[in-house]
Amino acid sequence: MDKEYVGFAALPNQLHRKSVKKGFDFTLMVAGESGLGKSTLINSLFLTNLYEDRQVPEASARLSQTLTIERRGVEIEERGVKVKLTLVDTPGFGDSVDCSDCWLPVVKFIEEQFEQYLRDESGLNRKNIQDSRVHCCLYFISPFGRGLRPLDVAFLRAVHEKVNIIPVIGKADALLPQETQALKQKIRDQLKEEEIHIYQFPECDSDEDEDFKRQDAEMKESIPFAVVGSCEVVRDGGNRPVRGRRYSWGTVEVENPHHCDFLNLRRMLVQTHLQDLKEVTHDLLYEGYRARCLQSLARPGARDRASRSKLSRQSATEIPLPMMPLADTEKLIREKDEELRRMQEMLEKMQAQMQQSQAQGEQSDAL
Amino acid sequence: MSKGLPETRTDTAMSELVPEPRPKPAVPMKPVSINSNLLGYVGIDTIIEQMRKKTMKTGFDFNIMVVGQSGLGKSTLVNTLFKSQVSRKASSWNREEKIPKTVEIKAIGHVIEEGGVKMKLTVIDTPGFGDQINNENCWEPIEKYINEQYEKFLKEEVNIARKKRIPDTRVHCCLYFISPTGHSLRPLDLEFMKHLSKVVNIIPVIAKADTMTLEEKSEFKQRVRKELEVNGIEFYPQKEFDEDLEDKTENDKIRQESMPFAVVGSDKEYQVNGKRVLGRKTPWGIIEVENLNHCEFALLRDFVIREKASWALSFHLCQPPPAPLLNEGHFKRCFSLHSSQLLLLQGQALFSAVLVQLTTTVLLSPQ
Repeated sequence: MDKEYVGFAALPNQLHRKSVKKGFDFTLMVAGESGLGKSTLINSLFLTNLYEDRQVPEASARLSQTLTIERRGVEIEERGVKVKLTLVDTPGFGDSVDCSDCWLPVVKFIEEQFEQYLRDESGLNRKNIQDSRVHCCLYFISPFGRGLRPLDVAFLRAVHEKVNIIPVIGKADALLPQETQALKQKIRDQLKEEEIHIYQFPECDSDEDEDFKRQDAEMKESIPFAVVGSCEVVRDGGNRPVRGRRYSWGTVEVENPHHCDFLNLRRMLVQTHLQDLKEVTHDLLYEGYRARCLQSLARPGARDRASRSKLSRQSATEIPLPMMPLADTEKLIREKDEELRRMQEMLEKMQAQMQQSQAQGEQSDAL
Repeated sequence: MSKGLPETRTDTAMSELVPEPRPKPAVPMKPVSINSNLLGYVGIDTIIEQMRKKTMKTGFDFNIMVVGQSGLGKSTLVNTLFKSQVSRKASSWNREEKIPKTVEIKAIGHVIEEGGVKMKLTVIDTPGFGDQINNENCWEPIEKYINEQYEKFLKEEVNIARKKRIPDTRVHCCLYFISPTGHSLRPLDLEFMKHLSKVVNIIPVIAKADTMTLEEKSEFKQRVRKELEVNGIEFYPQKEFDEDLEDKTENDKIRQESMPFAVVGSDKEYQVNGKRVLGRKTPWGIIEVENLNHCEFALLRDFVIREKASWALSFHLCQPPPAPLLNEGHFKRCFSLHSSQLLLLQGQALFSAVLVQLTTTVLLSPQ
């Protein structure tokens, strides 16, 4: 037998096969004012027509519309790899005349997904937890403004600790190259000033080749990505079919890196960082939520308050625990206590048995 | 009635001279004009030249207001319209000025001259409009300003010792900038136009129209027109001021087909086909501002400056204004709306053509 070859090298292949069989699920949220090309970009990114039967309501209907959260699921398969993609849309965001607090439903939605996951994790059957947490939020910034608007800042502030944010400038064909650079710089400065944490693309490993490192650096420099979306195929200057937008003065090619950052966004989002986004969501953002939740649970007096609140539901607002209904946490605690007690009982029984068998052994020995 | 006067030859000749009677003030009627053949050259036609000289000396006041969210290219467009730096551009990204918390009204006056005709142009900017999170009632400062100017003018008008030439600070026209979302109007747009279309001449413009293809543009325009109609918003030129059938057909065509104008502004020049043109140079082509295949800037310019020839600024030419009617409110509305349909003249050729119209209007207005 070959002593040097154990076979660990085949491990990645096993993982690969397993995950391919299992499939991936990914939840992507798109947010931003209406009319910034969000739906077109999603269709372009995933080459599907997810927004086919969309009806955008008229302005008069939107006057008193509150923000709704819509979920759309689609299964995409490519070379045997299945991805269950869930898109979360936020129609009505930034639409009304008075947009105060219009981001609250979004925050609530994100936290509800965390809460659901926390409950599932602490439950008894943990094998098939459905992960509906939002893994990434593409936030669309208007190319017509002069950087982030007050509404943008307010929204980003409210969600940056709860979801991975990738800022994107929509309809970037409105901008000349120098305007795009200036706008990107302005946005970067504003994000720093307002201390908004967007998703940090991880550093390359030091053993990557120079080319890759350069590419990576270039991509990071182009955040926020200035994108143009299109699902139509047009002819470019050389009469080749490309996806783009035809104007009377020229054709914008979606996949031309000189025209927009679409390729960069697609590469970073889909090709290289899909898994990382999920991991950061789990390891950083979700853990943060969980810690906050449990810390407030463990605080002294929380239990007393909890029992008192069973009589009056209104006191739920007093208690710092964000979303978990108190009855459920009580149940959880009781369940855990039960489990502990059962385990302890089993342990005692086993110990007793051992002692008995030992005693019997001695007896038999003595006999 | 016509005692002592020779009878008219032809009734049809009479009806050509005297159009449909306007609401007549309580003064005894003039004797009906006679159509008598002149026996030689009298020199009545020199009145056109006299009026032209007079107008050139006194000049024109034109006050244009621009309203829209920041970054929609308002200042650039005004500069392009009047081919001079009349609007301090806020497009430099290094500006440290923050968006104002409430809507401010900034009026900047310039005197521009062309072909001996002087125009005192005032551009009224409204920074802060629509930029906050809560934009409820952000149009109120604008409405207040417009009414204040009417008040001022009226006060001067009803003075016993009136100034020979009352300085006119009334807002003659308001360019409202619609964001090119491609869907429909935003609720804020509707609210603004609903409140202000009865107080000022609103000319809606689609800003930064270089983000829309031809199909998108025409669809968007149709939807916008429909929405305005459904909500009873009348933009300039309003139907009630169509003076005759010719006017009506011309205006109808503009109202139903071209408006709102989709514009692009620029103050940079590029060489295209051997000519220097104003435009925007993108990686996929040069957008020419004055090329009708690219955008409708030329239509807007002609509309506002060169062609709209229905006006009754008779007081500028030393004609006594119509006697005040009983209801001050009505007078204010009647008088100010009529006089705010202003024609600006560029170039001698147009000047004389329009002056003929002007002369006719003036000569025939009831005394």
